[in-house]
Amino acid sequence: MQYKSQAVAKPYFIAAIGLFVAQILFGLILGLQYVIGDFLFPHIPFNVARMVHTNALIVWLLMGFMGGAYYMIPEEAETELFSPKLALAMFWIFLVAAALTVAGYLLVPYSTLAAMTGNDILETMGREFLEQPLITKVGIVIVALAFLFNISMTVLKGKKTSISLVLLLGLWGLAVFFLFSFYNPVNVVLDKFFWWWTVHLWVEGVWELILGAFLAFVLIKTTGVDREVIEKWLYVIVTLTLITGIIGTGHHYYWIGTPEYWQWWGSIFSALEPIPFFAMTVFAFNMVNRRRREHPNKAAVLWALGTGVMAFLGAGIWGFLHTLAPVNYYTHGTQITAAHGHMAFYGAYVMVNLTIISYAMPILRGRAANSNKSQVMEMWSFWLMTIAIVFITLFLTAAGILQVWLQRASDTPLPFMVAQDKIALFYWMREWTGVVFLIGLLVYVASFFVGGREEKAA
Amino acid sequence: MSGAFTKSMARNIFYGGTVFFFLLFLALSFDTHSQLPKRDMRQNITPQIAEGKKLWETNDCVGCHTLMGEGAYFAPELGNVVARYGDEGVKAFIKARPKEGIPGRRSMPQFNFTDAQLDALVAFLKHVNSVNDANWPPNIQG
Ligand code: HEM
Ligand code: HEM
Ligand SMILES: [Fe+2]
Repeated sequence: MQYKSQAVAKPYFIAAIGLFVAQILFGLILGLQYVIGDFLFPHIPFNVARMVHTNALIVWLLMGFMGGAYYMIPEEAETELFSPKLALAMFWIFLVAAALTVAGYLLVPYSTLAAMTGNDILETMGREFLEQPLITKVGIVIVALAFLFNISMTVLKGKKTSISLVLLLGLWGLAVFFLFSFYNPVNVVLDKFFWWWTVHLWVEGVWELILGAFLAFVLIKTTGVDREVIEKWLYVIVTLTLITGIIGTGHHYYWIGTPEYWQWWGSIFSALEPIPFFAMTVFAFNMVNRRRREHPNKAAVLWALGTGVMAFLGAGIWGFLHTLAPVNYYTHGTQITAAHGHMAFYGAYVMVNLTIISYAMPILRGRAANSNKSQVMEMWSFWLMTIAIVFITLFLTAAGILQVWLQRASDTPLPFMVAQDKIALFYWMREWTGVVFLIGLLVYVASFFVGGREEKAA
Repeated sequence: MSGAFTKSMARNIFYGGTVFFFLLFLALSFDTHSQLPKRDMRQNITPQIAEGKKLWETNDCVGCHTLMGEGAYFAPELGNVVARYGDEGVKAFIKARPKEGIPGRRSMPQFNFTDAQLDALVAFLKHVNSVNDANWPPNIQG
């Protein structure tokens, strides 16, 4: 570790992985409820388990982003972090807030939680992904602002690289677009319109800047390719991202009461969104092929390459599959959406977090890379989780095609629940594949605990 | 990428392109706002409909159902449920949910709504159904 203050990243990474495990356990509960409808009912209804699953995902990704930034920024800026104490304090606030929120979801009925936590003052709850109580949302804003202050001050007092700049833009954008989660008008069309300013402009906008910056950082470190080359690529990628992704928001404005011209704007621009993801894949492979050194951390390089490929598959290919308005008319809000959501989130944001964790954690623990034994385990977990998500996506896609066929495209459309019963086989296969994913994740966690001969600190 | 294309050129295109397309997005959003009153039926929104939306949110209905195709995919689309079941049918269905669920089946909680609350929810769902959403869903099954 070049700078002492980079150490604050470690608790963020550990908590991120802990929440990842919780996310997957609740995913398995959801998957079982799909086929054994009353599993855990009425104690943990589906909607409660779903909130835990998706909110744990979002929070652990944010934890990973923060940890990653705290690790990267001092090294890029070539100076100690502005305030390591503030970073640690924010870590505990964030963790406790997350734990209390999950406890709230699980222990009291949601409507009671809303009444207890000030939802009557400003109604923000009960919208997908933004289910957090008002006080949690305010807490997220406070933590985010303190974090942004901390890393921005670090960059201001140190060297300003292009990677830092793109990362800062992404993180500031993340905070700014989260503010739309506080805007919930009575007019349901307006509500939905601005809900996407948080959700879409995150995953298909500013988060991609964070993704690109993390990838660029790890590639510089592991391949030794010239910074000028890598940063030029980074700018090209984030340019492509934003010129397609911002107007690409229109692919959510087809059927929610917004004017019909969005069917053209949304289809055309979002159809171009796979291009930056493709560029990322080419970028990652290109840099690794042109490497000037053999970095001992093979696992981190594998995660970096995997991020490129899987983000392109999940976001690019599976996104394109249902993004054109005439197709989306039939697939909107079906298992096709869920299939895409899983592979895109995993391929892009789970994997980039695991990339930076894989690269930074050994260094934070005082070595350049883990022992061969530990890396082999980590690579096993890479393949188990990645292959599992591919099959989860394939089974959900099959379920989705049948759902569309039976319930939407047929001359004699079946009721929703009748169609669901007919495709239960695919939900069972998804659930078993989910168990494989969990095994992969447990192997991943275990890889942190195996010893062996380690590479000495660089 | 050839040597002629420098990093600072890439950076300038990034800033220029982002600003341009963000402004274009704002312009489109602005135009959307001027057109929405013709489509979103805002003139019909009553305090009862607002109350219905609040109940929809504070019970996290969207955690199982979709509304105009957005939400969770565990239970049926409700944007057009009043057309499917009728006002009374929707209320009767919500009222009749067994507290302990239905063995082996996907079960909806018993929310113990009052009659006034049920009326508010149905008023909200009717309002959603009345929005001009380009003929979605494709058929009555949602
Ligand atoms: C890493 C990037 C991405 C992530 C994490 C992601 C994730 C998601 C998620 C979770 C949803 C469901 C939202 C909901 O619950 O309503 C969704 C919807 C959608 N995504 Fe993506 N996405 C990404 C990129 C893309 C791209 C590049 C495209 C197009 C090429 C795309 C096309 C769509 C479409 C059309 C929908 C709406 C589906 C529907 O109508 O039900 N996504 N995405
Ligand atoms: C390992 C086993 C997993 C299982 C069994 C599982 C199961 C589920 C289920 C049943 C839903 C609810 C779908 C609905 O609304 O009807 C869901 C939603 C979701 N899960 Fe998972 N999940 C798993 C892993 C993951 C992973 C690894 C990720 C992210 C990387 C993830 C991200 C999401 C997201 C973003 C949603 C919301 C999707 C949307 O709105 O379209 N899940 N999951
Ligand atoms: Fe999107």
